[in-house]
Formats: sequence, structure tokens, C-alpha cells
Amino acid sequence: MPPVVYQEKCRGCGKCEEVCPGDLMELNEDKKAFCRSRRDCWDCMACVKACQYDALETRIPYQLGYYPARLIPKMKEKEIEWTCIDINGKVDKFLVKTYNK
Amino acid sequence: MPRASLPNAVNEIEEVRIDTDILIIGAGNAGCFAAIEAKRQNPDLRVTLMEKAHIDRSGCLAGGMDAINTYIKKDRTIEDFVRWSRAQAGGLLREDLTISMAEVLNKPIEEWEEWGMPIKYEEDGEEYKTRGKWDITISGSEMKVILAEKTREYGCEVINRVVATNYLMDGEKVIGAIGFGVRDGKMYIIRAKATIIATGGAAGLYKPYQNDGNDSHHQLWYAPFNVGTGFALGIRQGAEMTTFEMRWCATRTKDFNGPIDTISVGYKTPMINCKGEQILKTHYAHLGGDAAPRFIRANAPMDEWREGRGPCYVDTTHMTPEQIYDMKYDYLNERPSYVLFLASRAQDLQKDPIEIYGSDPYIVGGHTASGYWVDVKRSTTLPGLYACGDVAGGTPNKFVGGCAAEGLLSAKAAVEYVAATELGSINEEQIAQEKERVYAPGFRQLVVGDGVTPREMEERLQRLMDEYAGGVHQFFRMNKEGLQYALRHLKIMKDQVKYLIASDLHELMEAHEIIDRLDVAEVLIHHLMYREETRWPGWQTRADFPEKNDQKFDCFVNSRYNPATGEVEMFTRPYEQIIPGDRLKA
Repeated sequence: MPPVVYQEKCRGCGKCEEVCPGDLMELNEDKKAFCRSRRDCWDCMACVKACQYDALETRIPYQLGYYPARLIPKMKEKEIEWTCIDINGKVDKFLVKTYNK
Repeated sequence: MPRASLPNAVNEIEEVRIDTDILIIGAGNAGCFAAIEAKRQNPDLRVTLMEKAHIDRSGCLAGGMDAINTYIKKDRTIEDFVRWSRAQAGGLLREDLTISMAEVLNKPIEEWEEWGMPIKYEEDGEEYKTRGKWDITISGSEMKVILAEKTREYGCEVINRVVATNYLMDGEKVIGAIGFGVRDGKMYIIRAKATIIATGGAAGLYKPYQNDGNDSHHQLWYAPFNVGTGFALGIRQGAEMTTFEMRWCATRTKDFNGPIDTISVGYKTPMINCKGEQILKTHYAHLGGDAAPRFIRANAPMDEWREGRGPCYVDTTHMTPEQIYDMKYDYLNERPSYVLFLASRAQDLQKDPIEIYGSDPYIVGGHTASGYWVDVKRSTTLPGLYACGDVAGGTPNKFVGGCAAEGLLSAKAAVEYVAATELGSINEEQIAQEKERVYAPGFRQLVVGDGVTPREMEERLQRLMDEYAGGVHQFFRMNKEGLQYALRHLKIMKDQVKYLIASDLHELMEAHEIIDRLDVAEVLIHHLMYREETRWPGWQTRADFPEKNDQKFDCFVNSRYNPATGEVEMFTRPYEQIIPGDRLKA
């Protein structure tokens, strides 16, 4: 399932639209991102990683997982700092290497 | 980026015509390596990639990858590799193709590392960290971005957001491809001296059990945007296909439908049933136990369910907190949202093990042997056309490294072919017909305003295949009568393609995705009907022929759609053993 778009944070840069492998992200007339078909998202998180303004967040469909779990990547030069918060508020942090040089 | 509207009439369709030396359709893993290799072989050649999405995040590696499942380590040989892969595939693969792939298997992975992709090393520092017999662990979250950057750096031309719809033909010869821009609405006619197909396998032929009708339609293991277009393009021109009946159905994490090797291979967690029994060691010991081939391991949890011993799990309760952390780290490299899924269940893996279940079946030549029938150069039966990666058949257990390696092989052959080839001549009649065919759903929406949406037809196909052609809801089992039923309804749907409607370019893409899936599904059913035995339970379970029949079927089942008659012709090709020994033993 698709990213939730935080309207106030979206600057309309179009990065999510550029990379989405399913051609699902678009900008509306107000230059805000939206996902044209929530069910067609693969959860690859390409758009979430591409968003420099923290405006996008992937959410698990409620049919499969409960509210309000969160997984937030912070892109750094050679790694991603992931923050995962479960439905009871338990926080896990991961520093995942992305480039070896 | 502003989106173009659908053209209102054929004469409004804008054309883009490009002549190139080598056209590669699909800029995923295999396609990018093919492009880079072509440029390395001859930097003067013009190399063009036609990509449906955006090269940075297209194909199977969009979300990343946490392991390379086939890497030949120092103390292992190509013969060992063939024996292992052969046994995993139930004794049926193309040994010639497997050997030639193995010869270059390590190269792309080592290059990827050189270009920036992190690979984990053993603590003593010398060797890559081993996960299973042939697996190494990578930090591949951004590996596709790294590969895309290199592809551009080598001077390959990338045309993003163009959906391939048919090969450009000069008689029997493939001389490029036709497609349409899903953002600009233009028709792309790309003529090439050689064409390489690298569009991946087919997802979405079957209904996934996660499909609740609204938000989780694409909760799939395989990339849902890989719909089998490469197969369909070949089928429509009469290319020979092999072993579609060897479907890839796998054990996946239940509800999320995510990869399981990360847990079961990476952290040696056994599969257990609801009674806590280690199922491979107990109920499936006679089929090889923990070392049983992939299809047995894939089918076992579903058989347990059928026998009333489900649900099944991978037993994570003995993992240490450090192992659980490392496992989540691995998932963040491949399917990060699985970590989110666990959080959405607040699941403590030391208390609640991970539930497993069968996936929907896929046609994926990188895992099983389905795809184009090719020679060692990866040349298909259509002159001028080469295939690599998940569309190329005969070589199961390629995975990421093998698909990349095949990219190298197909490019080498294509470059040689180009040296002695001129551009073909475009048949303008084909272009005119293709314009009508491609944009028809848009025109129908405009003129009639009523018909069948791509989504409706996709869901109809997925239900049909699931129920009558051995989907997960049928525990992957099928029989002749069910398959005949499926075929009958497929033919109705193929006839109903004329009613498809599309109100924008994205829907037009969806219309062609279902059109392609119908062609792939039809060939698949013919393959499933032809093999009247059960060779790979789970992947191919014929309830009416439960035994293996070596006398008749220890061979490749191949097909060719005859464009003149519209019939799918079935035939066999013999097995050719090169590496001696028992084919069922590694």
C-alpha cells in the first residue's frame, strides 16, 4: 500500500513521480503529490527514499497490519538511518550501509 | 511533469522514430548489464534502453536486495554449481546454458562492489560472508541506483516511461520494437540492428491471497509491474518458449508475501507446523528433508495446511536479539516494508514466530526454467532477438547474479551480430496496424464510453487462473478439466480485448498489461495441460497425474504460438546431459 502524503510538507518537486516504478505518483493542480491507485503500490519505498521533505510515508494496508506503525528512512551520503515505530510506540533504529565508498 | 492526454484519433498520434545499433527492452538488472557490456565490447555502437518505468528504480531491484543467491566461491567449481542447480530444479535444466552462465557469474557482482555496492565480508576479511551454500550477503538497498548511474556513465541512451507493445518486424526478423510513452502519449518506433529483450518475468497472472479487493492488490513477492510483456512480445511473433509449466510458487511470509530465505537460510530457522514439528525433517524427510529441492520446500507448508496441520511458521523463537536485529537490517535492504509490517503487528519474534504460506504462482525464468528457448549465445528462435534475465528460459536459479551474467552474454552476442547486419526496413503497414491496436482502448472510451476496464479484466483473469489453473487457493493443484475450463474462458477474454477502455495513458498501459498477461496465460495453460505428470509438486501439481512419468516427460516441453493460425503448438525437446552423475543429487 501506498505512501501517505503529508500535504503541508510536500513542495511539489516531483521526485516521487519521477521514480515510481508503477507510474502511480502524480502531482495535482496544487502541485501536491498523490498516489493515483493505492492498491497498486508495491511498497518498494522508492518514493519515500526520494522525498527530501519527509512528505511521504509508507503504510501497511489495514487488512494486513494495524495502525499506526511507522518506518521512516533518513537518507545520508553512504547510509540510511531507519526509524521504526511499532503500534505500541516501541522505537527501533537501524543504520544501513548503502555505498561502500 | 505534465501528463499528455490520450490522442483523439490515429492521425493525432505523434511519432518518435529512432535508429540505433542495439535496442535493449527493459532497463532492469539484466538489461543494464547488457547495455554496459555492449558499450564495453564496442564503444562506437549506439546502445538504447527502452524502459517502462524509470531506470533508477525499475524492475525487481526497485526496493533493493539483501543477498546474491548464486556466487561461486573459491573452493567451488562450475560443475558443483550445475549439479546443485540441476538437483534444485528436479533434474531439468539446460546444462549448456547453466555452464556458460556460471563462467561469468561472479563478474557482475564484483563489478557492482567496485561501483559502490556494499558486500559483507567474513570476519577474517578475505572472503565474502556466506549465507547458504551459494549465497552472499549484500547491502543492496541502492544497488539499482548505482547500476543506473553506471549505465548512463557508459554512454547508453535511456528512454524512460515507454511501454513496449510489439517487436518491429522485417519478415521473420526482429528489427527493433514499438511502444508508447506513458507520460507523453507518443508512439516510439525504434529500429535496431539487434534487439535484446530483458523485461523480466510475469506477476499478476494469478490472484494473490492478499488481494482483499482494495488496498493490497499488489502485495506481491515479485515486482507487480513485471507483467510478462517480454514473453507476450515473443509469443505474438511465434518465438519458441520453454517450460512455462515449471511455475515459481514459493513459501513466503504470510500476509506480507515477502521473501523468506532471509530468515530461513540466513538465520537457519526451521519450518514448523502448528504442532511445533519441524516439517521437513518429519513429514518430508523422504523427499530430502532440510536439503529437499526448492519445490518441495515451497510446497511443504501448503501441504501441511491441507493435511490440517497449519498454520506453519519459520521458528524464530530461538533467535537471539542480535540475530533479529540483523535479520531486520537485511530486510531493510530488500523489502523495507516488511520491517514495518512486523511493527504493525508489534510482533516479538522471540515469542511469535513468523507465519509462512504459499505465494501466488509466477512465471520467472530467473528462478525456474520458463522463458524463451535460447542457444548458448542467448539468441532466441527469432533472428535478431536475444534474451536475458527472467524472460530467458532453460536456466533456473539464476537470481540476481545470473540475470546480470546473462545480460553480459546476450550483449556479447548482439555486438557480434550487429557487425554483420544492416538496419532492417520498416513495414509501414505494421506501424499503422499497431497504432490502431495500441490506442484502441482510448478510442473506445472516447467514442463508446463504455466497456471493460483493465482492472476488471485483470481480476477476472486472476480469479480464473487461481481457481482452475492451480493457484494458491487450490493448493497449486489442477487437472485437465479445470485447465480446459480456464482455456475456454481465456479465449472469451481474448476476444473481449476489443471492449477494453482507457481514459488516460496510465490506463492504456494497464490495458496492455492485461493484453500481455492473457497471451502469457494462454501459453502457460497449454504447457500445464501438456505435461501429464507431476514433476515438481507445488510448482506443477497435476491432481489427475500425481506421479512422475520419466518415460514420456524427462524432457523439455516447448511451445510455439502460430501467428497464422492462432494455435499454440506443443512439442518436446530432449534433455542433454553434459555434467555426469545423478541429476537429482547435488
